[in-house]
Amino acid sequence: MNVYKLSEALSLTPLAMPDVDREVTSCYTGDLLSWVMGRASADCVWVTIMTNINTVAVATLVDASMVIIAENAEIAPEVVERAREKGVNLYTSPLDAYALCAAISRYL
Amino acid sequence: MADSVRLEYMIDGDNFTSAGEASVMVKKSLRQMGFDPETIRKVSVAMYEGEINMVIHAQGGKATVDVYDDKIVIVLADRGPGIPDIELAMQAGYSTAPDNIRSLGFGAGMGLPNMKKYTDEMTIESEVGVGTTITMVVNV
Repeated sequence: MNVYKLSEALSLTPLAMPDVDREVTSCYTGDLLSWVMGRASADCVWVTIMTNINTVAVATLVDASMVIIAENAEIAPEVVERAREKGVNLYTSPLDAYALCAAISRYL
Repeated sequence: MADSVRLEYMIDGDNFTSAGEASVMVKKSLRQMGFDPETIRKVSVAMYEGEINMVIHAQGGKATVDVYDDKIVIVLADRGPGIPDIELAMQAGYSTAPDNIRSLGFGAGMGLPNMKKYTDEMTIESEVGVGTTITMVVNV
């Protein structure tokens, strides 16, 4: 399923959507950035509550297809801007990480 | 020795928000050179972890990336405090990062283990009070 379809299916709020045709092939959740870098697969949807600027760098480096910020965790405008610059698809949702991952499992 | 392309970056130790810029630039360069996505991912993740380490522990340093046809060699050199016990530092979960770093999502004690995991060879030369040089090789 591609980023756009998944975002619609999960009723996500888009923050940055530079490349919504990208395919999503797996899901990973976690907030410790090094842990995520060690474990997340390329082309994944990454669910996290970590919203600082390094989140965008990690998403870029692991080649995540999209990032979903769970529980509408507060995110600074410059982080959203960085996501746009770096081509990272970034969304938020009021759901928690468990609910998001459970919902995502129905589509992957 | 085969020809190589050398990429060099100074890592700014005072600026935590720009940490990772060098890794992202290396990623972009390798992509332009036509390397496969998995090789690029390995190099850029290993380098990013090293960059973050240099920012957290060593007030920055220098990254040199030599790109050959069959391998990519990353050398990260700093004049930081050095690593007193490399074996301990290599253990997953062991960290000396301060709390403010943990709140940014780092300091999980996964940096060096990730660097080893994503590279084919890794050597650490470190002297307390002098600095640390880490050399990593990713075979293509």
